[in-house]
This record gives sequence, structure tokens and C-alpha cells, in this order.
Amino acid sequence: MALSREQVAKRVAQELQDGYYVNLGIGIPTLVANYVSDDIEVMLQSENGLLGMGQFPTEDKVDADMINAGKETVTASIGAAIFNSAESFAMIRGGHVDLTVLGAFEVDQNGSIASWMIPKKLIKGMGGAMDLVAGAQNIIVTMTHANKHGESKLLESCTLPLTGVNCVKKIVTDLAVLEVKGGAFYLLERAPGVPVDEIIEKTAGKLIIEGEIPEMTL
Amino acid sequence: MAGFDKVVSSYEEAMQGLKDGDTVIAGGFGLCGIPEGLIAEIKKQGTKDLTLVSNNCGVDDFGLGILLQDKQIKKIIASYVGENALFEQQLLSGEIDVELTPQGTLAEKMRAGGAGIPGFYTATGYGTPIAEDKEVKEFNGRPYILEESITGEFAIIKAWKADRYGNLVFRHTAMNFNPMAATAGKITVVEVEEIVEPGELAPSEIHTPGIYVNRVIKGSFEKRIERVTTRPST
Repeated sequence: MALSREQVAKRVAQELQDGYYVNLGIGIPTLVANYVSDDIEVMLQSENGLLGMGQFPTEDKVDADMINAGKETVTASIGAAIFNSAESFAMIRGGHVDLTVLGAFEVDQNGSIASWMIPKKLIKGMGGAMDLVAGAQNIIVTMTHANKHGESKLLESCTLPLTGVNCVKKIVTDLAVLEVKGGAFYLLERAPGVPVDEIIEKTAGKLIIEGEIPEMTL
Repeated sequence: MAGFDKVVSSYEEAMQGLKDGDTVIAGGFGLCGIPEGLIAEIKKQGTKDLTLVSNNCGVDDFGLGILLQDKQIKKIIASYVGENALFEQQLLSGEIDVELTPQGTLAEKMRAGGAGIPGFYTATGYGTPIAEDKEVKEFNGRPYILEESITGEFAIIKAWKADRYGNLVFRHTAMNFNPMAATAGKITVVEVEEIVEPGELAPSEIHTPGIYVNRVIKGSFEKRIERVTTRPST
């Protein structure tokens, strides 16, 4: 069965390693923070100028001057630092952030990503996404494998305006975990109970399947 | 002798000299760390055809969004305008021009502008629509695009504390774009929560040195929160 949003987040959380600085985008990526293993220490970066994002505040601790990039009220964790936007993006563009997790409309087999604009429909802006995909050491995309019309979001070539080129390394969808390399999607894992045939059917780009594909452990 | 006394007592005085067609650079991230009273003064003065440079454009009835109500903005340079329905309307009807700019590029454009650097190369946006018509140059085998810096006739800033010298301290994430914006205005106006006595701010704790600041006014702030998110207290 296809994974829920929470299950996708749980699977992505397994990619976090001890000592990582991580930027989590809005939506499913934000949920990843709830599933970080107690055995590791990670530092969450919020691009509005906070390294070491903590939990939401209790009601009595809500502070208008303390928000994350999603404009939600947050707290700072122990060891956190606060800085200006240029400093924040120096971290991001200078390659100091180990991992970025973000959502997307489309990813193609060369690792290009479209996530910020649907011409004539959705014009909100790219925020920090273009900086993040150009600067992070490693990028994981979370999204549903197909859109609500059943059309694949893993394409030979993106059709929507791009956020970045040749940058996505890994994709975690509601159906599968895939690696992007050498101009193809490599199927690594499938969601529990999801047959390989369904993933083949819903992947429009070049898909490579080597040997037996294990189910994800959640 | 005014010397280094940059404190002004009215909003009118704070925004004196703003003209139709000026470029105004504003600090703030969403509604966090915005100069509420200075924005209200621009609305009151009714200045038109402004080019606004800011990460966001407020919401319909608060922040920079209130300048849309009387169509005072000709163009906005921003990274994200998703919270604002009025903005989207004016964009689709062609009444307003928008230059969507990646957030880090926007911060760097302000920083570079204030530092006398006319442009810089960045990998951000290469191969995307924002790279159209921009020079591409390779460094160590990777392509980068040329981005030009930004300066403005005015910069409007929100800080926590200032002294009469214009030295500034920001509070928590209300810092955001404010320090960069402060460097990029020909006239930089700062609205603060508190004006402290000279010497009260330790030299090493100052975020923005007063050399960048022309006018300081004590404001009062609503500090609206866009998304209040809490956890239960147990």
C-alpha cells in the first residue's frame, strides 16, 4: 500500500546521520523532524536565520520574533545560533549544509527538479529552494510518485520551470525509494505491499531495476 | 549640533524625502521583523510608483501588503509572495511587475549593494527561468550566473534596540534581512522598540554599526504572527 505522509517522513528520517546539519522544506519534509532517531544528534537549519531549530513553543512561550522559514512560531534548541539572511545563505550556498529535504512537482532522470511554479496557475515564488538545491551537499526529494490524475512525477525531462539542474540524488515517494544517477532512476526499495510492476507503471523516466527489490523497513 | 544624534521624533520626519518612483529596500521575513510604523507612513504619504525590495510582500491587510491597497507599488523584487491574494490579483492584471529572486540571491544582492560590489556569480538559479539573459561563467568546471547588486533611495529597517548613534541590535529571528537592507539604502531609517542611552550597547554586541544608519525612530509594534504553532505544556 502507498505510504502515508508520516510514513514517507519516517523513511526519510533514516537518511539522517549523526552530526548532520539539515534543512527541511515545507510540507512532508517538516514532518521528518518528528522521526529523528534518539541515537543521533542533528541540527536543523531554518533559512530565515536559525541553526538549531527546536520544538514548537508551549503557549506561554510563543514569541513573534522567533519563527521558522514556514513562518511558524518555534524555539531554539540547545546549541542553536541565530544570524542574518546573508549568513544563512552563506551556509547553504557555501555547501556547509549536509542535507536538504524538499518537496517537488516533478523530478527527472538527470536529477533536475521543478518545485516552485506552475505557469498561469501558481506564482508564489521560489523562496530559498533554488539556493538550497544549488548549495546542499545532498538533496532528497519527497513527493507522491504520481499526481492526482495518476500521471508520473518521475520524468524523462521536467516539463515545468526548473528549480535546479542535475542536483537531486535521492527520491522518497509514497511507493518507493529511488536513487538518481547516470541519467536514470534506480529502484532501491518499495513500500510494503507495493509490487514492482506498479512502480514501473507510474515511473515515466528511465527506471533501472537490479535484482530483487526489498521492502522498506519503517 | 546634531552630531551623531540620529533620533527623530515623528514618522513624517523619518520618511522625509521619499519620492514617487523611488526604490525602497525593506527588512523582514514574512511579518517578522518589519518596520510597521514606517510602512504605515509610506501609505499615509501616498507615494506612488515605488519599487519595493523585500523577501515578502506582507499579507493583504498587514505589512507591505497595505501598500498594494492604493496601488503604490510599481514593481516588487521578492523571493516569495504566496501569502498575499491582492498581490496575485495585481500581478495577473498587469498592474504590478514582479521580479522573483531566490532568497539567498536577494540577501546577497542587498549585501553586495551595501558593500560597493556591483555584481557576483552564483550557482543558484543556473539552468532555470531566472537565468535567462544573464551572463554565465564557469569556475572550476561549474557554471555560475552573474547577478547584479541592489541599492535603494531608502532602506526601512526594524531593530530591537538602538542608541542615538544608530548602532543596532536585533532580536532573535526578527534579524533576518534587516542588517543587509540597512547597508543598501542611501537613506536608512530604523524603527526600534527601544532607544537606549549611549554606551549601553556593548561595542561587541552591536549587529549593525551606526555608520549605515541615518534616522532612528521609536515605534510601537503589533507584531502579528502568521502561524501560531504550539505544543501542549505537560
